Amino acid sequence: MGRLFAVEIVYRGIFQKNLAKNISRGIVLAAKHDGKIGISFGRYGDSPERNGIPAKSFAIIATDEETLQEGMAKYEPKETDISISVDDTLCKGVESWAWYGLQPINRLLKPGGTLIVTTMQDADTIIGMAHRKDFPYQLALLRGIPSFSGLWVYKDDHTDVRILGAIAKVLPELLSLNAVELAIKEEWHDDLKVKSARKSFERVEMRVVGPSEGNPETPYSFELPKWQEMREGVTIPGIPAGKAMTDPQTQQAGGFRPDRNPTFKKFSTRTMRPVVDFDTCVKCTLCWLQCPDSCFDVTPDALYDANMEACCGCGICEAVCPVEHCITMVNETAFADNASQWEAWRKDKTGYQTWLQDKITHLPPREHGFRIRGQYAEEIKDLVKVGVVDTGDEKISEQVVTDPHESGAG
Amino acid sequence: MAKVIEKAQQEKEALISGSEAIAVACKLADVDVITAYPIRPYDTVMQYVAKLVANGELDCEYIVAESEHSQFEIVKHASAVGARVFCGSSGVGWMYAFEALTVTPALRIPMVAMVGNRALDDPGAFGVEHNDALAVRDLGWQLVWVDSAQEALDTALIAYRVAEDRRVFLPCAIACDGAFLTHSQSMVKIPPQEWVNAFLPPYNRGDLQLHPDNPITIAPQVNEDWLMELRKHNDEAMKRSRDVVIPEAYRDFERIFNRSYGNPFFEEYQTADADVVLVGMGTLSMPVKVAIRQMRKEGKKVGFVRLRWFRPFPAEQLAKTLSRFGAIGVIDRDFSFGAPYVSGVVATEIRAALYPVDKRPPLLDFISGLGGREVTVPDVRRMSDMLFAARAGTPQPLTTWVGVRE
Ligand code: SF4
Ligand code: SF4
Repeated sequence: MGRLFAVEIVYRGIFQKNLAKNISRGIVLAAKHDGKIGISFGRYGDSPERNGIPAKSFAIIATDEETLQEGMAKYEPKETDISISVDDTLCKGVESWAWYGLQPINRLLKPGGTLIVTTMQDADTIIGMAHRKDFPYQLALLRGIPSFSGLWVYKDDHTDVRILGAIAKVLPELLSLNAVELAIKEEWHDDLKVKSARKSFERVEMRVVGPSEGNPETPYSFELPKWQEMREGVTIPGIPAGKAMTDPQTQQAGGFRPDRNPTFKKFSTRTMRPVVDFDTCVKCTLCWLQCPDSCFDVTPDALYDANMEACCGCGICEAVCPVEHCITMVNETAFADNASQWEAWRKDKTGYQTWLQDKITHLPPREHGFRIRGQYAEEIKDLVKVGVVDTGDEKISEQVVTDPHESGAG
Repeated sequence: MAKVIEKAQQEKEALISGSEAIAVACKLADVDVITAYPIRPYDTVMQYVAKLVANGELDCEYIVAESEHSQFEIVKHASAVGARVFCGSSGVGWMYAFEALTVTPALRIPMVAMVGNRALDDPGAFGVEHNDALAVRDLGWQLVWVDSAQEALDTALIAYRVAEDRRVFLPCAIACDGAFLTHSQSMVKIPPQEWVNAFLPPYNRGDLQLHPDNPITIAPQVNEDWLMELRKHNDEAMKRSRDVVIPEAYRDFERIFNRSYGNPFFEEYQTADADVVLVGMGTLSMPVKVAIRQMRKEGKKVGFVRLRWFRPFPAEQLAKTLSRFGAIGVIDRDFSFGAPYVSGVVATEIRAALYPVDKRPPLLDFISGLGGREVTVPDVRRMSDMLFAARAGTPQPLTTWVGVRE
């Protein structure tokens, strides 16, 4: 048997579907130039995707036809040489809509495999988010903000080819830089994209992550039931109504916390979370009413505490809150746990204010998707100005700011 | 329970059609929700039900939907909240409801439906073919064919008993040949209500009932990690129906109604000493029985097996019975173009059932009576002659269209 390579691209559903597809296709097309063959596919069970819900694409590459069949004989790879996280918040874990528990971002990595993450964060922040592994693996960081667009629009910020360049660096046996460059020319006919790939090949930052590093928590999991254990008639029991909360200071019971689905938590869909200023809240109930997932626990003192096990980060509560800066959506990378904000506030109001102010100035700011024509040009201009983004290639920044793609699009 | 069969309670006789008999069964079963949409020949049931409701004899929600699809969806939902339901259709009307028919067994809805068998369009035709009902044979529907108005009434009561058994919870369609059964009237014994009450317990959906006190979600989206187990549930339910629940129901029926159907799954006619045997479903039993009596006078020992339950299919029992004979002739009032040996559906299934049996007699298929065409006594005699030839070792075509002009 020849050599078999498996690469997974973990991405945000809808927002990054085209990006993930471009990467997995690009891997196969590039591998061809190194004399290898492969296939590219999306995890079928992740579809139909929902906005932001974690999903996967795969590229399987082999040195010969029979070895490739070994890879194709599986629904999806059981282990990977490279796992790619095209949004750093995915490093906290991945939960498909189809209920398989919370899977660590590095779950499929082979010993010595590489996790490639696009991020503006430092290595320690990323390592802290990813769950621990029993053996060392390599972390490769590629500077960049998460490339989000939609099903029908594509934000051509070169993230696709930059990932290909990084792969050539971390696993040259899979793709040579030359093969990557040839494939880019063939597929995109764009010399600037070739340059971007080369730059990322040069600049990707790598370090080894040891078994003692990373998030020590055991990710939430469950056994899939046997047929005898499953309910008949395609039915799922309702979630019980819930019960009162307890004030951590006074032990007084009151308010209401709805019970939640024990087998699907949904928080790994979140890229931003609402941070609530309980001192300015006017108890209007709008956030509680409008949250599509009933995430708000009603506290004994009649405040509304967004439960971070349940929140998918849609931002509706921020949009409906009538008090300025009372609810602020903050990049998920700024948080290490899902603890209750209200409990923290009840324990130490001054400390909470300091924490809150720190969080809401956290950068880079985030938002969902890619909504308007020209949005990327505006975005990148601002990001370059404040120094948050540095693609390392002035020409790319220039090109994007002047936006030749858009003006040519008619 | 035996106490209920008292002298004072006598069966009444009435001159009614097969469709009317099913409507009477709905009344006796005190059905809660009935939906309707007209298509011949099923519409005759609809008319009789409407009459029963209008006369105040049947207290039910009677909803005339705007299409067959809605018709079946409405009763599906009504059954999910705990109502005993009845529905039905014919031909392409049944096919128009196909999506609803598909989800009904998946959700373990014990709907009872009547299929007034009708040829599928095109051309538009009203006569009987069995392809409409047979179309759902892989989906978890129980399918039973009857050949008299009396059997239609009795089988409808049995169908409720079997479908609503918690061990089954699968829908059941009673297939009645258009015209021959739906549009002709004969004397039918109508049992007293007390007997029916003793036979048929109330529908209890238990933990699957959609009710505010039992909060459940029905029919979510799942991926490959979840579906196969749900299919396995239905496989087991169908097996329980065949092995336990149907035999139990017929035993109780016989005890309470004092009328026996013998083997629930198929009727045997003059098979004890038969050399060759014919097999078929529905009202073609009449010309077959007449022909058999004629032939026996001439010393030709022909028997007949009338298959009632097509789903669950009584494979082992049927194979054991049929392997006794010198040749088997299946009369298919259906078609399955391009099927193995270009046979009809019933013959193909029986061939499959016979495969594990040591003694496999020659099996000939006769496609006959399509579109409601009469299966004549001479047709049956011709089929039987071919069977005797096959038995004697003269090769015969595996499938023959009988009664087609050529
Ligand atoms: S962001 Fe706000 S509205 Fe959206 S799910 Fe979270 S708590 Fe609910
Ligand atoms: S919407 Fe804002 S002001 Fe209203 S209850 Fe929620 S947090 Fe308070």
